[in-house]
Amino acid sequence: MPTKVVMEALSPTMEEGRLVEWKKQAGEPVAVGDVLAEVETDKAVMELVARVGGVLLRHTVEAGATVPVSAEVAVIGEPGEAVSAAKQPAAAPKAAEEQATQPAPGRNQPVSMPPAPSPDADGASAATPVSGAAAAPPAPSPPGTPADRLRASPLARRIAAERGIDLAAVQGSGPEGRVIARDLEAAPVRTPAGPTVAEPARQPPAPLPSSGFTDVPLTQIRKTIAQRLAQSIGPIPTFYLTTEVDMERTAELRTALPEDGRPSFNDIIIKTTAMALRQHPMVNAWWQDDRIRQWHDIHVSMAVAIDDGLITPVIRHADQKSLRAISAEAKDLASRARERKLAPDEYTGGTFSVSNLGMLDIDEFTAVINPPEAAILAVGRIVAKPVDHEGQVQVRRRLRVTLSCDHRIVDGATGAMFLKTLKQMLENPLALVW
Amino acid sequence: MATFDVIVIGGGPAGYVCAIRCAQLGLSTAVVEREKLGGVCVNIGCIPTKALLHSAYILNTIRHGAKDLGIETGEVKADYGVAMRRSRKVSEQNSRGVESLMKKHKITVLKGDGTLQKGKQVQVGGETHTASKAVVIATGSRTKGIPQIGLEIDKATVISSDEALFLERTPASIAIVGAGAVGCEFADIFNAFGSQVTLIEVLPRILPLEDGEASDALAKAFRKRNIAMHVGAKVTKATVSKDKAVLELEAAGKTLTVEAEKVLMAAGRAVNTERLGLPEAGVQLTERGFVKVDPATLETSAPGVYCIGDVAGPPMLAHKGSREGVHVAELVAGHRPRPIDYRNVPSVTYCHPEVASVGLSEQDAKAKGLDVKVGRFPFSANGRARTAGETDGFVKIVRDTKYGEIIGAHIVGSHASELIHELVVAKTNEYTVEEVDLAIHAHPTLSEAIAEAALDSLGRVIHI
Repeated sequence: MPTKVVMEALSPTMEEGRLVEWKKQAGEPVAVGDVLAEVETDKAVMELVARVGGVLLRHTVEAGATVPVSAEVAVIGEPGEAVSAAKQPAAAPKAAEEQATQPAPGRNQPVSMPPAPSPDADGASAATPVSGAAAAPPAPSPPGTPADRLRASPLARRIAAERGIDLAAVQGSGPEGRVIARDLEAAPVRTPAGPTVAEPARQPPAPLPSSGFTDVPLTQIRKTIAQRLAQSIGPIPTFYLTTEVDMERTAELRTALPEDGRPSFNDIIIKTTAMALRQHPMVNAWWQDDRIRQWHDIHVSMAVAIDDGLITPVIRHADQKSLRAISAEAKDLASRARERKLAPDEYTGGTFSVSNLGMLDIDEFTAVINPPEAAILAVGRIVAKPVDHEGQVQVRRRLRVTLSCDHRIVDGATGAMFLKTLKQMLENPLALVW
Repeated sequence: MATFDVIVIGGGPAGYVCAIRCAQLGLSTAVVEREKLGGVCVNIGCIPTKALLHSAYILNTIRHGAKDLGIETGEVKADYGVAMRRSRKVSEQNSRGVESLMKKHKITVLKGDGTLQKGKQVQVGGETHTASKAVVIATGSRTKGIPQIGLEIDKATVISSDEALFLERTPASIAIVGAGAVGCEFADIFNAFGSQVTLIEVLPRILPLEDGEASDALAKAFRKRNIAMHVGAKVTKATVSKDKAVLELEAAGKTLTVEAEKVLMAAGRAVNTERLGLPEAGVQLTERGFVKVDPATLETSAPGVYCIGDVAGPPMLAHKGSREGVHVAELVAGHRPRPIDYRNVPSVTYCHPEVASVGLSEQDAKAKGLDVKVGRFPFSANGRARTAGETDGFVKIVRDTKYGEIIGAHIVGSHASELIHELVVAKTNEYTVEEVDLAIHAHPTLSEAIAEAALDSLGRVIHI
């Protein structure tokens, strides 16, 4: 069976290569690893090597030709295969099987690195960005004293030990919030009497994107739940909770607002969700492999459809912002998202996501969790239908919302209680200002 | 007339890297370049000199070591012209590489001289382009002579690296004024290709910014190869004619004369700040003539105008400029990049043996009053170095006595330019000498000398 030899991406940026010289001629035997040709890339002259052994049946392109990556340049056949097979070029390529060994370096790599999360001093956004595509396997954290878990450079550790500084009380400014020597310059020295008074480390108002969090160590039962569920259903064991919300009062109040700048239902849901999250910190959390990170701040990602996909701009501190502010911000973010003009820090660092397909007449749906977030809320359309209302059949505007939960973080009852709070708030909109 | 988010003036290693990072972050970007993309580095600096140095290295290896290695050669003929043309090819390939990177990232390349206008506008040719977010000045530097003493670069008898890189043949004799990285590298090249080289340095030693022991080791190697050196020597007068130059030097109170067919000026570079419209745009310069920048943001005195690379101040190194380019791109895109730590910028001289360092020299550390301990390990005690017959040089680590922090690291020897990065990574991440030792080093490698030097600083060296 003849095997196609293709132009490989010999450098990560290579899009085409010039075949400088053939090192093997038709009819010559080739072994795996033999240099078939010299190829000039955008950077250098490199070698194209055989990935299968056999006999070089023919060159598909002449020396000197410039060939795009992945295009066929030659065909290798089995030792017994007659060179005459090359006489039927029409048939050969069809049967030819692209040489399938290791992919050429760089070929399947993303063309550009994803934007690095900005190394904010608080370390908040330094964690996985929302895109979260590269879910690298977690490094097993060695068992040990809690001090081992502290992120600090070796030099910082040594200085801290010598000067009696409590590293846990120091805000790190290194990669991922790591404490580096510079951070110790102003650090308070531990008094011999005991640990320093834990000063409330979080100063309001928080800088973007978040000022703090509480890391909850995994209990044995949570660990077991996490392992068992992940085994059963996949890396993110998801379950879904749906509830129907009566939107009559919200709709009425919305209509009462002035038309200019009137918030959309989605704006109201974002705000309400943020308020409900305040009461349910377990849902405003990230899965961090060896712990659960409950964010103190609430940054709601909203899924926005764009031409070739979707993106999740983040409304930060959505619980603290007025409905009007959220409405304006959502509008701005959505329109810039569609123009592809968002800065990376505008679509990373969310703590919870909301996805709304109501405007597309979807009654209800389930959304896929945006890792490492604990949950995502899928919002359907508001539909008027006859329902039982205080003992009477009435036509009322109703909304179905579905919460997708990462079971490693959120148990059924936890998710249900959050949804219940959300439902109560939407049905009693005064709760927003309560 | 077009509008971009960012316009970078200068397509050298600072400018083009800045542009790529901008593009990665979703900013529409243009680069203004009047000559070839890649700048001095790619076209008349780092890259072609390294190509020539490689020829020089092979020549020296064949001449001085081949016989021992069991390689018998006839008479070895050196042809600078051929080596030069190869270096040009390498440069061209690299420049084309930069071009294709611009294409790949959809960066607009504006050919011509860029002139800054008020309000983040840049004029190129007859057209005025607008930057909505930032203009980045990355115009680099150029060679310079010392006209005050008669050493104006006439491109014939008195030349700079710009001309040296295009010579068809080497001169019978050459005097090199300035023994920094550029001077020492050309001394190495011309010596290998048969010129009688005289290296002249006004400061007390060659590679005056490196650790004293590194300078001494290189001087010893140069002396062995008959490169004449005058240190602490000031050129007081130069008489330049068509086919030779006579330099009068003053060293240690004595006067001496050096005669050479050509003089290569390698004493500093001038920054390109002229005809950029800087004063008109409100961009101020420092007393030393660099563009004045906020050290944290690299923003100039004109809001929204940034400056990176040589023109923003020393050290004038391509990799320092590139990092500044990335930094500014991330700032402009609204990120908060970690500050650049200029204490961790490595410096490399690619002569043979190579000299590489990061951080402070022992002398500077002591002058600053730091309490340091020094660890050393010579390559003569390293197995891998012996197998290659390249036992010149050493690894030297200057560490803080109390905490073990790496204050400075200095490597002289084969592949020093590559080896130094273990210590750059360590220093940048605040690993101390103990972490360096903790990492298991493969045997036999040159890198073992680094672990041994770390151990030596702790008083625990194994192999000496």
